[in-house]
Amino acid sequence: MTVSVPQTLDNGSISDSMADETTLAIDDLQVFYATPTGNVRAVDHVTFKVRKGEIVGLVGESGCGKTTTAMAILRLVQPPGRIVGGAINLDGIDLTQLDGAELREVRWTKLALIPQGAMNSLNPVMRISSQIKDTIRTHEGNIPNRELKERILRLLSLVGLPSRVYDMYPHELSGGMKQRACIAMAIALDPVLVIADEPTSALDVIVQRVVGETLLDVKERLGVSMIVIGHDMGLMAQLVDRLAVMYAGRMVEIAPVSSIFNEQLHPYTQLLIEAIPSIRERKPLKLTEGLTHDLRTPLTGCIFQLRCPHVMDICREEDPPMRELRADHQTACHLYADDGTLLH
Amino acid sequence: MAPLLEIKNATKIYGGNLLSTGPVTVALQDYNLTIEEAPATITTIAGESGSGKSTLANLVLGFTDLTSGQIVYRGRDLAEMSSSERLDYRREVQAVFQDPYAVYNPFYRVKHVFDLIVRNFKMARNPREARDMIEQALNVVGMRGEEVLEKYPHQLSGGQRQRMMMARAYMLRPRLIVADEPVSMVDASLRAMILDIMLRLRDEEGISFLYITHDLSTAYQIGDAIYLLYQGTIAESGETTRVIENPKHPYVQLLLDSIPVPDPSVKWGGDSVTTIDDEEMRISVDSGCRFYPRCSQRFDRCLEITPKPISVGEKDHQAACFLYED
Repeated sequence: MTVSVPQTLDNGSISDSMADETTLAIDDLQVFYATPTGNVRAVDHVTFKVRKGEIVGLVGESGCGKTTTAMAILRLVQPPGRIVGGAINLDGIDLTQLDGAELREVRWTKLALIPQGAMNSLNPVMRISSQIKDTIRTHEGNIPNRELKERILRLLSLVGLPSRVYDMYPHELSGGMKQRACIAMAIALDPVLVIADEPTSALDVIVQRVVGETLLDVKERLGVSMIVIGHDMGLMAQLVDRLAVMYAGRMVEIAPVSSIFNEQLHPYTQLLIEAIPSIRERKPLKLTEGLTHDLRTPLTGCIFQLRCPHVMDICREEDPPMRELRADHQTACHLYADDGTLLH
Repeated sequence: MAPLLEIKNATKIYGGNLLSTGPVTVALQDYNLTIEEAPATITTIAGESGSGKSTLANLVLGFTDLTSGQIVYRGRDLAEMSSSERLDYRREVQAVFQDPYAVYNPFYRVKHVFDLIVRNFKMARNPREARDMIEQALNVVGMRGEEVLEKYPHQLSGGQRQRMMMARAYMLRPRLIVADEPVSMVDASLRAMILDIMLRLRDEEGISFLYITHDLSTAYQIGDAIYLLYQGTIAESGETTRVIENPKHPYVQLLLDSIPVPDPSVKWGGDSVTTIDDEEMRISVDSGCRFYPRCSQRFDRCLEITPKPISVGEKDHQAACFLYED
């Protein structure tokens, strides 16, 4: 199967002028999970970029491959999963080519993770300060205690935590504070890219807002790039610069967040946005089914054809390529002509 | 006629006995709630984590006992029920829990959860009758027995598992279903399906719901009455649309402002938020308004006296806040 990404010339100039420095470039990434009955295509032909100092949101329903994409970037895909193809270029280094020792160098210094349920990832019998010290010392060797303490206090204040957290144990902190401690750890070594997997999914709205505002603040001050994985479209609207939508292992749409909320080009994105329960008006519920096809047997044509309300003959035959249909707004759908006009 | 469920001055305190040394935690304080027998309604209990909403679910389901107060089901006090009354109660009040992954035993086919209740409540005379009963319950939630019953839990999606829990609860023809965060672990695009089942069970089968959630937007879409809890006390209550569209209590206003709007041009509204540590919050206010440390409109009186719910609008719209005193 070949996926060609036609570079339309007229749009090319627009993206060139907007193309800032690229921190991460993922090119045609494929991650498969081997099963006795065939490969599950968890991530298939995914291509996207993260620019310097921007937050890219990765959304989609569970099983769509968003966490697997993140794990691939971190090279943490565990067997039976494996990276089958593609390149992951972080700051000039292709992560897929690194061996164990080289990876250890890159992880945390260039690439940090705030895992899903991060608050449960803290060691319950270590003080917050010792955990951050561990991280720093592992990578930077022996640093005098005084300097280290100053640095950790600075990190804590950067994420809005009081200095007394330094001596506290995880159980003494609330969920939101633990989450912010994890953010402090993630930025301890000044990485170029932070990946946050569902950073606020276990928190209630007020704390979620505090954590969200902390992430924004950290991005502003450090200029770090981030990938935030989630499925709360409301939170994404507040937090991210660009939004990437995945469905069944494929990326179907990627665009600046204002552009995508303004106009969803892909029918799946339309469905995702319609499914957001409103707090402003009471309206009938919009019912949809979940994932419909088996990821082991890729469909011929578009992956969304079974659920798509606008499905056409061509969708069952040809895989729609990603095309830039609006400025910086790419989507993979046959409904549109190359110049972005709606065909049907 | 006695109401279906009545909670009177319910207080639950954890700790504070001879064996515990730490500070006491007031999980629920002087809580009142009434659910009428008919028509069936969806009553929402909302609040952030630690607000006491799950404690309330556990009390109603009989997992834990009240420190003081009463829970009365159709005229009978829960604490004074005989064992046969208790069995009836266990059948008529069902539960659907938050985590659709944890409620199944991974070693059994999903059929097992249905077989268990058929056996425990002696619902069917023979396997055929049992099978029909299960099939009918599954149809109500839009599933077919042949598709799912022989599968193992891991072969079903989260949404499917949660629908099966709804079918399981429905099979017992309960009068009340306590749904503790039933959609928080289900994908956003599939939530509507679970909520739709709740609406249909209410309208077509006359089953009332105690819908416990922290998600005000789903409560707004399906709920009839709402009770917003803050640290074990009711901050505001009333008809859902009225409360959400016109919140009165400063806490509820903050809560609604903090819901991220799915529109990038509208940023988080209201004052910037401050949070304080859990332990400080729960113990620092023995008397007075519990929201005092975080309230932007507080005054001295709030620290001295605990505000009681007072009427702040039409019908039964009430808020526990001195701002609305005459």
